[in-house]
Amino acid sequence: MEPLLVLDSVTKSFGGLRVTAGVSFSVAPGSISAVIGPNGAGKTSLFNQITGYLRPDKGRIIFRQEDITDLSTREIVSRGMGRAFQVTSFFPEETVLDNVRVACLSRLNKTRKAIKNVSYFKEATDKAFKILESIGLGKQADRPAFELAHGDQKLLDIGIALGLEPKMLLLDEPTSGMSPEERLLTRNLIKRLWKEFNLTLLFIEHDMDTVFGIAQTVRVLQMGRLLAEGTPEEIRNNPEVITAYLGEEVL
Amino acid sequence: MKNHAKIKEVVFWALFFVIFGLIPLLEKSDYHLILANHILIWGMFAMAFNMLFGVTGMLSFGQALYYGLGAYSVGLMVKNFGDIWFLPAIGLGLLSATLVSILIGLLVIRVSGVYFTVLTLAFGQLVWQITFKWYHFTGGDDGIQSIIPPGILANHTVYYFFTLLLVAVSIWVLRRLVNSPMGLVLRCIRQNPDRVRFLGRRVRRNQLRIYVISSFFAALAGGLMAGVDNSIHPDMFYWTTSGEVILMAVIGGIGQFFGPFIGAALIIIIQDVVGARTEYWSLIIGLIMMVMVLILPKGLVGEVQLLRGRFRPDAKNRGENGTTFSA
Repeated sequence: MEPLLVLDSVTKSFGGLRVTAGVSFSVAPGSISAVIGPNGAGKTSLFNQITGYLRPDKGRIIFRQEDITDLSTREIVSRGMGRAFQVTSFFPEETVLDNVRVACLSRLNKTRKAIKNVSYFKEATDKAFKILESIGLGKQADRPAFELAHGDQKLLDIGIALGLEPKMLLLDEPTSGMSPEERLLTRNLIKRLWKEFNLTLLFIEHDMDTVFGIAQTVRVLQMGRLLAEGTPEEIRNNPEVITAYLGEEVL
Repeated sequence: MKNHAKIKEVVFWALFFVIFGLIPLLEKSDYHLILANHILIWGMFAMAFNMLFGVTGMLSFGQALYYGLGAYSVGLMVKNFGDIWFLPAIGLGLLSATLVSILIGLLVIRVSGVYFTVLTLAFGQLVWQITFKWYHFTGGDDGIQSIIPPGILANHTVYYFFTLLLVAVSIWVLRRLVNSPMGLVLRCIRQNPDRVRFLGRRVRRNQLRIYVISSFFAALAGGLMAGVDNSIHPDMFYWTTSGEVILMAVIGGIGQFFGPFIGAALIIIIQDVVGARTEYWSLIIGLIMMVMVLILPKGLVGEVQLLRGRFRPDAKNRGENGTTFSA
């Protein structure tokens, strides 16, 4: 099967700092995989390049057999790439429902409608409710988003991304700032969403239980380079990875 | 939340039609009719301005440009071609405001924050300067006098109802817009423009749209005003006009759809009441402004909302958030 996403020697520097140094890998459709690495390894920068937020200096990014390297964020998103953020990103003053609904409306291309009330667009509203139920925020639909607990805001961020019906979803540290209990719930939730929405999931994560618990493939970044790629078992036993990164962790 | 907004809407429209519908019946003097007309037009102007500021987060300091454009379209057409051109001239004002706002908008939306504000101010002042200096065409600082609407519109009461109708329709359109998908996107742009890009939407394109829409209604306000005062003057283009509309919106509450209208009414009434006693009425406005910003930063309507929220059982921290725009 053709890979859904292909990175071909992607390189990016900020001045003298190489944040991405010739990274190549491909992501199979329908897979769930992780990118790990120490702080400053260039994980988020890589996501920024995949989503058109940063432009690589060199290399190509192919998404669904199309070169997206030079496309804008908007164009990449419209081709089915979704993203939730490390620093939770949502619309604090809107209701939880409207946060997701605006994404659904965007997906249905209804955001130029200027006379009819948002609730008139049943399809978007129903879809938004369905997503809220899936991420467990159905009961909070009418609350302004800023009132939600941090963990719920992270879920809302994912919910907004789901509203766009992405083929592929990038999650940047979905469990950061969560308690161990919340982490476990979120881990199970991510796995469930992956199946329910037929997603190809690529996530950055520091929590090793989450990484080794749900990822089929793990990629290790270090100083902008792809150090290793393999199954959780392979990564766990990779001596290079152990010295470079996992050494300090009890595996 | 939903019911709350509905009640607010019903209350506003009921008060709006009762108060503004009764004024011509109760008041025989033209003076108060003109005053009420000013409130209507400025109120609509302030609401249109707030679509940029309170809703989308774009502080334009140059909406006087379109207000003046609307007024001068009417003034110049009536002066040069006769009063029969009054209504087409309002249309011309709307058309030219649309075109000019697209052109200027394409430039000014490239920058955000204070740069946007300063650029809009610069364009406004530019057009003011041209109007001021181009004496033989615009009448310079004399302005244009005796702009009388044609036919039955020349009657003050008829013209008043004509304005009332157009203002009501305008407010209704803006109201629909705020609650529409596009309005939702505009509010989202103020709160988190980056995330809007990740929804696959063009932030700048939407900012341009609302800039044009807001300018359109500013031109309508200007055109209607020419018929109320029967005269126009270059100050309509001046930065103080832009400033006044900002003041009205802020005093009424930029986080509330109906706030700017209330703010406009308040300012105009203060100008009238205080202005009748002392020429230093702007001092009073200044003091009120200081009090508002320091003590009631959410504006009149916003603070009332907040107060009501505090007394609701499920209040908790509702309404504590600084710039909430509630429709």
